[in-house]
Amino acid sequence: MEYRLTTPVTAEMLAPLRAGDTVLLSGTVYTSRDAAHKRLCGLLADGGEPPYELAGSAVYYVGPTPERPGEVIGAAGPTTSGRMDAYSPELLDLGQKIMIGKGTRSQAVIDAIVRNGAVYLGAAGGAGAVMAEGIKSAEMVCWEDLGCEAVRRLTVEDLPLTVVIDPKGNDLYKSGPAAYLASIEKGVTQNAD
Amino acid sequence: MRTVKAADVTETVARLCIKANRELPEDVSAALKAARAAESWPLAEKSLGILCENLDLAREKCLPICQDTGLACVFIELGQEVYIDGDLEQAVNEGVRRGYGEGYLRKSVVGDPLRRVNTNDNTPAFVTVHLTSGDGLRITVLPKGFGSENMSRLQMLKPSDGVQGVRDFVIETVRLAGANPCPPVVVGVGVGGCFDKAAYLAKKALLRPLNVPNPDPWYAAFERELLEAINSLGIGPQGFGGRTTALGLAIEYAPTHVAGLPAAVNMSCHATRRASAEL
Repeated sequence: MEYRLTTPVTAEMLAPLRAGDTVLLSGTVYTSRDAAHKRLCGLLADGGEPPYELAGSAVYYVGPTPERPGEVIGAAGPTTSGRMDAYSPELLDLGQKIMIGKGTRSQAVIDAIVRNGAVYLGAAGGAGAVMAEGIKSAEMVCWEDLGCEAVRRLTVEDLPLTVVIDPKGNDLYKSGPAAYLASIEKGVTQNAD
Repeated sequence: MRTVKAADVTETVARLCIKANRELPEDVSAALKAARAAESWPLAEKSLGILCENLDLAREKCLPICQDTGLACVFIELGQEVYIDGDLEQAVNEGVRRGYGEGYLRKSVVGDPLRRVNTNDNTPAFVTVHLTSGDGLRITVLPKGFGSENMSRLQMLKPSDGVQGVRDFVIETVRLAGANPCPPVVVGVGVGGCFDKAAYLAKKALLRPLNVPNPDPWYAAFERELLEAINSLGIGPQGFGGRTTALGLAIEYAPTHVAGLPAAVNMSCHATRRASAEL
């Protein structure tokens, strides 16, 4: 299935998504990766306010290359999401609804996805130029000193993504390879027949 | 003696950093296209299609293929009869500084692994100099992304573990890496030597074009066998399932101690980038 979604989103909007579906995402997406997650959660632990509204928000784990003059952004593919596993459950419990990245997540993150009706979407790893096509504007939100790791507000239009972990907790990194291997097995059996 | 200007080394390294990040080597892009043609699993075919489209778009828009423009690993084959009229390492670092600046590449290096402050120019480069006979000078830049680097492993196996032990270790490393290193991956394997040498050999294996097998027929057969086993795991492009888990695998080996069998696996992604030039 293919779904078009616009942020901010609610658990109800995400409920029909299933691992393996395509999502074309539009609206606002915040960039954040290792150092920004550490700062954000440090800030929250000290009783501070997050620098943007977390409820219904989407985060993209990306550290883009510098934009060329006249361009919105440089190459902007996803980084490995697992490094944010330590922080994600807390942010999901505070209302973050969409995480965009690549690579496996911990059971604690999957549990938090299910608990909050959130979703983990895969961007094409290593496709920095393709992913940049869907980004229409980028502006600095905070922590500019972090360079490529600073938090930016992106406006995206039909950003092409794949549902990796759906609100039921189904994980495409398990179900995808299993389904492929089963199809091979079946093919072998059919040939034997 | 032949004199090479340090400034020429700088200019070459800068150019190679930009080239490597915008265009895949011919052998890697050919492997990606061949994999796409051979893949029938829908999500896998779609994923490889996006990666092929990305290569065209990066070239057309002068964008890096991937936003992780890597640590600059620079391999230098330096003829003994070459005199460089300046500091070689400084010349290389200046080239990286210039290439990553002028090419709008990402600065991904922190000056200290624990205190973590970005050096803001992607230096230092990781320079390996290999002395050769004659007066040649060849420079290769391998911008190494860390999504895949982080999934690399090294193990000091026992001699009794033998071929089976190395096979299991390589397959297990790729299996554990799963979707994280941006499959389809390129796998560099180093066996023998000592602790650090095995890791170096695994990285060196990534320099070999994917269509060039190990010159030793026994190792060439072992490479084919391991690649086949990896492509039976089902991980597939992006880890969404499919045939193409790896585009290639190369093994480099060295003599070792009677008591040991070091084995290292250096994981690399589908954007295994390298560019070389002779000076």
